[in-house]
Amino acid sequence: MDEERTVIDPANVSDKDFVFVQQGVKIMDETYASVSYMKDVWNHFRKNRGAVIGLVVICLIIIMAIIGPMISGYRYDEIILTNQSLPPRIPLLEKLGIFNGSERGRNVYFERGLNDVYYWFGSDTNGRDLFTRIWMGTRVSLFIALVAVVIDIVVGMSYGLISGYFGGKVDMVMQRFAEILNGVPTLVVVTLLGLVLPQGIPSIIFTLMITGWIGMSRIARAEVLKLKENEYILASRTLGAKDFAIIFKDIMPNIFGQLIIMSMFSVPNAIFTEAFLSFVGLGIQPPQTSLGSLISDGYKSLTIHPHMIMSSIIVLALLMLSFNMLADGIRDAFDPNQKKG
Amino acid sequence: MSKYVLKRLLISIITLIAIIFVLFIMLDLMPGSPFNDEKLSEAQKAILLAKYGLDKPFYVRFGKYLVNVLKGDLGVSYTINKNKAIAEMIAQPLKLSIKVGIQAMVIGSIIGLIFGIIAALNHNTWIDSLFSVVSIVGVSVPSYVFALLLALFIGYKLNLVPILYNASDPGRSLILPTIALSMFPIANISRFTRSEMIDVLNSEYILLVQAKGIKEKSMIIHHALRNTMIPIVTVMGPLLVNLLTGSMVVEKVFAIPGIGQIMSQAITNNDYNVVIACAFVYSALYIIMMLIVDILYGIIDPRIRVAKGDS
Repeated sequence: MDEERTVIDPANVSDKDFVFVQQGVKIMDETYASVSYMKDVWNHFRKNRGAVIGLVVICLIIIMAIIGPMISGYRYDEIILTNQSLPPRIPLLEKLGIFNGSERGRNVYFERGLNDVYYWFGSDTNGRDLFTRIWMGTRVSLFIALVAVVIDIVVGMSYGLISGYFGGKVDMVMQRFAEILNGVPTLVVVTLLGLVLPQGIPSIIFTLMITGWIGMSRIARAEVLKLKENEYILASRTLGAKDFAIIFKDIMPNIFGQLIIMSMFSVPNAIFTEAFLSFVGLGIQPPQTSLGSLISDGYKSLTIHPHMIMSSIIVLALLMLSFNMLADGIRDAFDPNQKKG
Repeated sequence: MSKYVLKRLLISIITLIAIIFVLFIMLDLMPGSPFNDEKLSEAQKAILLAKYGLDKPFYVRFGKYLVNVLKGDLGVSYTINKNKAIAEMIAQPLKLSIKVGIQAMVIGSIIGLIFGIIAALNHNTWIDSLFSVVSIVGVSVPSYVFALLLALFIGYKLNLVPILYNASDPGRSLILPTIALSMFPIANISRFTRSEMIDVLNSEYILLVQAKGIKEKSMIIHHALRNTMIPIVTVMGPLLVNLLTGSMVVEKVFAIPGIGQIMSQAITNNDYNVVIACAFVYSALYIIMMLIVDILYGIIDPRIRVAKGDS
């Protein structure tokens, strides 16, 4: 090897043997703008088309639930007996031949001499404006959904945190209790509570409180079991922190984000439970209304006036669909590694 | 294994007794009595209450009921169908409800599996996206919304099948309810199958199978599907439970004389015994299903049985 090496005599080396490179090129380190955690999450979220559509639809529904009852010109409980069971009629669109107030080829509005009356989604069998009632009902459903999330987090999280943190006998008893409670079908609990309690929103919320939190408590417990062996918990305990301070000040902030994400999944569930109760006749009572009770009312005249049920079904389906897509999107955005279901 | 099964069984029995107890308390709190007839004098009411044992203290009635239930005697109906044994009264409707439920579950599982496999094999194409949309709609929209839409469009507008249950033609009457109830299982199982199948198809043993030159069809059926099936059992439990809730409303929509209808009838008539019996039957069904699913997990996945059996 050594013999084959070309030996360069230092005396023969001149400046011409060297070439300058990168002349006129500005040399600098390439650095990328740092992406904050929330921005990263937002970028992931934005790429998920379904989730973005879900978010937009939810926003639209919320806006309509707020302003809908104000812009219709009717009160939700205003009964006008002469205007019973009118099909939908919308200005402008009626000129195109759709939503012009006709049913089975006859224009019901003109037959009754109601030339200047418009019910955008039609009216119900008592002559109440369905447009106003649907958005009032949506308010109820959204309110119940919101409360369900809060309950889910507060009750489920506390239960899971305490059970997981203390472990041993406390954990055993609390888990057996949750297991037995979980063994009772929600249907039975919901129906029986609906019977025993006075009907209305507080009872529905109470029902959700009893049944809704078990899944959340399991997640919280699993997270605590992971976290409680960490050194910083030990440090906190060494410094003399009390158990409850450790649970709620040291552990809770670390799992709170994940729990909020999971609680999004309880929203569609809560809306469904309300709709189910009202449909069976145990939920909101008239003149108050909700999406479930509107569907229940519309069902009675399904074959005669299908319009009465269509609008509430569509709003309910859109609401549940959007919340599901949004929850999926948020979960994937916060945890992109998780397997997509 | 037997220790694990025994433990599950014990928990199930305790749960069932706890449920009967809770049902009893709740029904005790319920407003109204089964004898709300104004023509009855106080003395007559007292005689009626004594006849059915309703004047005894709470724990006596509970104990008596518990013993009877364990013997299979659910008591008699007070108002809807006077003095008829409830066990006899709900036997027929229960059969009908279970029939619809099983139909929906079987159809849902088969179609869901097929959808999931198709979606997984066409991963990241428009077919996959289409099935994803279908499945998220199926998961989100409650079964009774499907039931109402089906009743309106297929039953009423197209007039293909009866909207309401017709006892003389049960086969055709049950088509729409079955479809409505199977939507959720279809959507759920297809979602799950798809993601499991994609995992399996990316695994090394599938690469080996391909390298051996086995045909694609036989690869999917004998190698991929088998391994996909295992985790799918885990979603069966929640699905069956959902079917139970859905069936009560769907029964109402299509006027099927199932157990759901008896329950709502009993609720409006304050027929305590029948409400308890229906709730008990629902709970028992639920617990049995959960027990079966739990035991299946144990058989399929040894880790579960070891972890749960020892703790």
